[in-house]
Amino acid sequence: MRVEGAAFVAPSTRFTPVSPDHTMQILIYGTINSVALALFALGFAMVYGVSRLPNFAHGALYVTSGFITWTFVNTLKLNYLLSILLAMVGTGIIGALIYQFVLIRIRGMEISEIMATYAIGLAILEGLRWGGFRGLTYTLPAFIEGSTEIAGVSVDYQRLLVVGIGAAVVAALWLFTHYTRIGLALRGMAQDERAAMMLGIDSDLMALAAMGFGSMLAALGAVVLLPLGNIVVEAGYNVLILAIAVCIVGGLGSWIGAVLAAFIIGFAQILTVVYLGAHYQMVVALLAIIITLILKPSGLFGLQKELEERV
Amino acid sequence: MNASKEQRRKERLDRGIKVRSESIYALMSWRELSYLFLPRFVLIGGLLMLPLVMPSMYWQRVISIVCIYALLALSFDFLAHYVGLVSLGGAFFIGTGSYIAAILNTSFGLSPIFTIPIATLLGAAICTVLLLPCLPLRGVYFAIVTLMYPLLFARVIEALDILGGTDGIMGIESFANRWMEQYFIIAMVLILLFGTRRLVNQDIGLVFRAVKDNDQSVRASGMSVTYYKSIAVFIAAAIGCLAGAYLVHLYMWAGLSTLALDFSILPIAATVIGGSGTLVGPVLGAFILVPISELLRAFGTLRIVFYALILLAFIIFRSEGIMVYGQRKYHQFEKWIKV
Repeated sequence: MRVEGAAFVAPSTRFTPVSPDHTMQILIYGTINSVALALFALGFAMVYGVSRLPNFAHGALYVTSGFITWTFVNTLKLNYLLSILLAMVGTGIIGALIYQFVLIRIRGMEISEIMATYAIGLAILEGLRWGGFRGLTYTLPAFIEGSTEIAGVSVDYQRLLVVGIGAAVVAALWLFTHYTRIGLALRGMAQDERAAMMLGIDSDLMALAAMGFGSMLAALGAVVLLPLGNIVVEAGYNVLILAIAVCIVGGLGSWIGAVLAAFIIGFAQILTVVYLGAHYQMVVALLAIIITLILKPSGLFGLQKELEERV
Repeated sequence: MNASKEQRRKERLDRGIKVRSESIYALMSWRELSYLFLPRFVLIGGLLMLPLVMPSMYWQRVISIVCIYALLALSFDFLAHYVGLVSLGGAFFIGTGSYIAAILNTSFGLSPIFTIPIATLLGAAICTVLLLPCLPLRGVYFAIVTLMYPLLFARVIEALDILGGTDGIMGIESFANRWMEQYFIIAMVLILLFGTRRLVNQDIGLVFRAVKDNDQSVRASGMSVTYYKSIAVFIAAAIGCLAGAYLVHLYMWAGLSTLALDFSILPIAATVIGGSGTLVGPVLGAFILVPISELLRAFGTLRIVFYALILLAFIIFRSEGIMVYGQRKYHQFEKWIKV
C-alpha cells in the first residue's frame, strides 16, 4: 500500500523555475500559488471553525469533485458549466452525508474524529485509484484558453481566473457569514457552541451545513485548479497536507488567518522553488506546520486559548 | 408486554472466580489458577507455535511482518492510552530505526546482533530529542505534528539525496537462519507486551496516567510533565525503532517506504479493532488485520478501502474493540434488569 505517490507537486505551481532576477514573476506566481492554497484551505478551515471537526477527508473530497466533473463532461457529455455546478452540489451532498451518518456519532472525540475522517478519505481515494482513475489521462479543459502578459510575465487566463475566483470566494464568504441568517448562525456556532444552542441554533444542523459548504468549497477549489494539471489521486494527499499547513499556520478555526497564512506559505513556496529547487516545496509546508505548532500552536489568528492546547 | 416501553439496562457483575483469583486466593485451587493462566497460556503458546504451524515460507514472512505491526500498535497504545500522547507518526520511529540499522550494517559492518540494540536505543534517543519541542502540545495538535514528521523526513531525504535517496540503502545482512528471524521478533513481542503491562502498573505508570488525565495535578505535585512525557516517548520510540531495525534485516533494504503512511495508520487501526488501552488488544488486532490485508493482496488498492471501512465500522459501532469485549465476557456476568 503506497499511499503517497511521487507526483507531489501542487497543481497551481507547475511551472519551470525562473531566474532569480525576475521579481515580477515571483510576485505574480506567488500570488497565484497563495490564492490556490487559500482555496485548498478555506473548506477545511470552515468545517473546523464551525464544528471543531478536523476533516481529514478534505483532500479526498477535492479529488472526488474533480472526477465527478470529468465524468459529467466526458462520459455524460454535459455542458462544462453545468457539470461543474453538479459536481459542487454532489460533493457538498457527499460531505453532508459523511457528517450525518458517520461524524455525528463521534463528535467531540478528537482521536476518533481524526481516525474516522482519515479512514473515509483513504477509502475514497484508494477506491478511486482502484476504480481506474489513475495515470495522466484525466484532465479538465481550461475555462478560457490562451495567455496574456502582465508586466512582461506571461500568465495564462486560467491562472488569472484562479486569482479572481479566489478573491470572489473570500468576499462571498465574508458577505455570507455577516449578512445571511445561516451564515450568522455558523459564526455563532464557531464562537460558542453552547451559547448558540441556547439561542435556538440547531448545532447538528449547522455542523451538517458547515460540512456541506466546506465540501463545496473543496469542490470549487478543485474545478478551478484542476484544469492547470492532471486529476491524480495523489493530489488528495497533497491538498490535505497543504490545507492543514495553511490552517495551522493561520490558526485552526480562523478564516482570516487561513487567507493570510496561505499568502505566507504560498510566497515561501515560490521563493524556495526559485532559489532552492522544486523538491523543497513540500518541505516548506511541513516545516511551517511543525514550527508553528512548536512556537505558537494557536497559530497567527487562532481562536483557541493557549492553555487548552499545551501544558 | 411491550418491550420498547419497558426501561431496561444491562447489569454487569464480576464473576466470583475473578475476584478470588485476584490475590493470594488464586492459589486456592487448580480452577482459580487455570482461570488466571489460561488466557496468558493461549497467548504465549499460540505465538510460539505460530512459526511451526505456518504452511510456507511466505506465511512465516507474514508472521514477522505481523509482529512488526504488533510492536508498533503496542507502542501507539501505550503512548495514546497511558500517557495521552496520540502519535500518528509510527512511521517516523520505524524509519529512524531502520535507517540507523542500515547505516550501522553497511558502513560499519556490524552484525544484526549489534545493530538492532544500538538502533533501538540510538533511534529512540534521536526520536525523543526531535519530538521534545512538541511535547507540550496536546490532543489533535500533537497528532498532526507527529503525522507530519515522517512525511518531512521522507521529503528531506528525497530533496537532499542523502541516505541513499529514493533508491534506499541496499545490501544489508539478513539473519543467520529463519528460525532465529521468527523467534527473535516473537520473543520481543511477548517480552515488550508483558514488560509494558508491568510498567504501567508501577509507580511511574501511575504518573503516566496522571499526565494523561490531569497534567496540571502532576505539575502541582512538583513533577515535570515534560520529563515524564519524554520518558514515555523514549519507551514508545524504542519499541518502534526495534521494529524498524528488525524490518531492515528482514527485507535487507532500507528506503523511503519505511516512512510510508502504512506504518502510521495500520497500527492505529489494529489498536482500535483490538481494543484500546488493553496493550494486548493492539497485538491481537495486528494479528487479525495484517493477514487479512495479505489475503486481499490480489485486489490491489481495494484492500486499503477494505480496511479503512473496517476501521470506520469499528470506530462507529464497536469503539471498545475486541479485547475489551472479550475481557468483559470472561470476567463478568451480564443480565438485563428492569429499571
